Amino acid sequence: MLSTEVKRELQAVVGPDDVRDDTETRLAYSYDATPMYQAMPDGVVFPESTEEVQAIMKIASRYRIPIVGRGSGSNLSAGTVPVEGGLVMVMTKMNRLIEIDQENLTATFQPGLITKQLHEAVERIGLFYPPDPGSMHVSTLGGNIAECAGGLRGLKYGTTKDYVIGLEAVLPSGDILRTGGKLTKDVAGYDLTKLLVGSEGTLAIITEATVKLLPLPEDRRVMVAHFSDLYAAARTVSQIIAERIIPCTLEFLDQGTIRVIEDYAKIGLPADMAAILLIEQDGPTSVVERDIERIAEICRQAKAAHVQVAQSREEEAQLMSARRSALSALARLRPTTILEDATVPRAAIAPMVEQINRIKEKYGLQICTFGHAGDGNLHPTCMTDARDREEIERVEKAFEEIFDAAIRLGGTITGEHGVGLAKAPFLEWKVGKSGIEVMKGIKKAFDPDGLLNPGKMFAKETRRRVVIM
Amino acid sequence: MKPVKEKPTDQVAWEQVAEYLRKTLDQDELTHCMRCGFCLPACPTYRETGLEQASPRGRIALMKAVADGIIEPDTAFADQMNLCLGCRACETACPAGVQYGRVLEQARAGIALREPSSRIVRGLRKLFFEHLFPHQHRLRMLGWGLALYRRSGLRWLVRRSGLMRLFPEHLREMEAVMPSASFKGVRERLGGILRPEGAPRGRVGLFRGCIMDVLFTETNCNTARLLVKAGYEVVIPDKQRCCGALHAHAGEEEAAKRLARDNIVAFRDAKVDWIVSNAGGCGAMLVEYVHHFQGDVLMEEDARWFSERVRDISQLVADGIDDLPLKRLEHRVTYQDSCHLRNGMRVTEPRDILRRMPGMTYVELFESDRCCGSAGIYNLTHPEMSKQILDEKMIHVKNTQADILVTSNPGCLLQMKWGIRRAGLEHRMRAVHLADLLMEAVE
Repeated sequence: MLSTEVKRELQAVVGPDDVRDDTETRLAYSYDATPMYQAMPDGVVFPESTEEVQAIMKIASRYRIPIVGRGSGSNLSAGTVPVEGGLVMVMTKMNRLIEIDQENLTATFQPGLITKQLHEAVERIGLFYPPDPGSMHVSTLGGNIAECAGGLRGLKYGTTKDYVIGLEAVLPSGDILRTGGKLTKDVAGYDLTKLLVGSEGTLAIITEATVKLLPLPEDRRVMVAHFSDLYAAARTVSQIIAERIIPCTLEFLDQGTIRVIEDYAKIGLPADMAAILLIEQDGPTSVVERDIERIAEICRQAKAAHVQVAQSREEEAQLMSARRSALSALARLRPTTILEDATVPRAAIAPMVEQINRIKEKYGLQICTFGHAGDGNLHPTCMTDARDREEIERVEKAFEEIFDAAIRLGGTITGEHGVGLAKAPFLEWKVGKSGIEVMKGIKKAFDPDGLLNPGKMFAKETRRRVVIM
Repeated sequence: MKPVKEKPTDQVAWEQVAEYLRKTLDQDELTHCMRCGFCLPACPTYRETGLEQASPRGRIALMKAVADGIIEPDTAFADQMNLCLGCRACETACPAGVQYGRVLEQARAGIALREPSSRIVRGLRKLFFEHLFPHQHRLRMLGWGLALYRRSGLRWLVRRSGLMRLFPEHLREMEAVMPSASFKGVRERLGGILRPEGAPRGRVGLFRGCIMDVLFTETNCNTARLLVKAGYEVVIPDKQRCCGALHAHAGEEEAAKRLARDNIVAFRDAKVDWIVSNAGGCGAMLVEYVHHFQGDVLMEEDARWFSERVRDISQLVADGIDDLPLKRLEHRVTYQDSCHLRNGMRVTEPRDILRRMPGMTYVELFESDRCCGSAGIYNLTHPEMSKQILDEKMIHVKNTQADILVTSNPGCLLQMKWGIRRAGLEHRMRAVHLADLLMEAVE
């Protein structure tokens, strides 16, 4: 609960309805989409303007109250769980699309705007904002920026950081920081825009953003290829790109995932296949036709057991339904679903999947792997039960080993979900001691009192690297 | 006037509610929520309030916290559970398939241990749940009274005299769109068994509903006539009762089960191939009878027999629509989903039917899958939220420029009539039940 003075001061800023510290509200903002993490905040505040954010920050600074910025709470790294209490600042009321600038091809919006809504608004006028995280129906753009969200189109179009070109953010002091603008070229000093993207709410609260837009691709086609050999599937991914074709989507489903989906959705997937690749290309019709034909040919040469190019929108939807059903099918299997985010260079996909399979056998767990093969971003997903302590311990050990394996293969501990609380003990594995020191220095420059999203990204202790026997 | 004193009630303590909930809430189901938040955009009360605790994910978190003993249930908890419309759009959006409707009912059953605190709500609930819905003849008496009220000129007198001003605004507005109630229900009008026309397709038991048969008798009759035209033999068992949906949604689990038991027996005795409903709210309850009797050795098999046979009228008609003698009706129509038909029964046929009706121009209503705010008696218990949702809906309805707005549930139909009136669209469009529209085309 908030102290009376703090509550009164906050109420004076945002009005009585937009500060809450009753049990129901505090509980409802004690979690995000990450299984097994939960902590009660002292209060929840809903600002409606940059000025209100400034005023809230000043109050919080004065009383040394931690602040956790939050959108829809769909992140998967416990990045918005208020582990040290304090205020959760919910940005969903700042949800205006401020401008679509058709001359500069940019869009400017407040952080609470839902990702899907931006997609719809720009696509209506023939423009395109490529980042498409799986949660785009619910996630806010502010959250996408804070976490540097990825998605299915990362391979060809990059991720959120490749689109954000200007930001307005409020520092813990209450001062406003403006970075970038509607500019393609800007080398004035350090790139603070890129620094804030993916900073997970630890440096400043983003209150406005400008992103660049592309022309909407004219056409798209979808195809699928089944492989009885995991390495053949993995080689095909590299082969396609070596042939100078960059599909917009190149998704991978392993045998475990295929079997679970087929059991659940009965859409005619082959349970005996080692892997499925789902491929989509977009662009001018002639280029799409040519690329898809060549990809199909590459798959056939790689001895794919079955190659199917969708001939209609309905057929496309059918092919894509396998990928779309993946989460539903896996989530229905056991009470708790832990969707992880290990990423490797795409040439290392096959060894990584083999490592995951070895580790799951070792710990006797049910782990299926699917993900964005094109960019090496895999989602090993564990079906477990949070109430089974003993099993959860095995799950944690297994994931430690999975992250370790990813790093050994030249990869990283997270490709798109962020470090947050869940991956904090592993960050040093990836960035090293000096990396941590530089990052902590940056944190100090922005947030000297450590009030913004405390406990995230930097763990009190680093997890010891596991030794693979 | 003497001040009215609230009578002290021997309310069950919140601690007892907590204990009850800890025992009865389905822990597996609650754990199954992976908190992905995919339900948020589907939830009408989350959209209106912007508050996590008014979302399915938030409500599940609250229930889980109660079940885990982290918080004690209190008035705020109860209010949040009651603010939910129960439209179950979240179930359709949920990747993990969490049966939100079931756990919500369990939570409400716990809350219902305490008497509802407001005297008005308490009185209304007692009146409707105990004294009216379960008793067909009483409802009929009420219908008769209402019909008399209309025909006798009493209504004119009441309206003119300003007596209606004593009632809250929403009740006044609702009264204006209430259809004429009827003393005679579908069985009294058409008889207990109707012979099929043309090649026989099977024997259907008509579930007449409680309110449906009093306020929408004509729709019930049209449903029976349609089935006869489509080649079905129609039986209307007399011993059937209210489906119990409103009881179950309000947490009155035992009352709901009593009604369910009677219905199962009535239709089992009638030896029907299908049980047809023309109200999405009732239909969804009927298909879920099987869940209510899970583990009950005496009833489980009969309940399964019953639930497996339940069909919406649109499903039976869609099968034989090409054999129906439909004349051309030149109309621009749009369709508002009944939440329970869509999210509970997962029925998709009404749209197909409207598209296939000769002469009809079908226009999709933006966000037709969103609850209209009627939600059983929600528009009486939460008039403000209900109106907010309805007025937003009517903006989209207006944009369709349709002259007919079709629904498949009496609650939605009334709400749409209310909405049309509130939006001042009475001269441009009307709301009708799908069965009535089909019968217009047949005659």
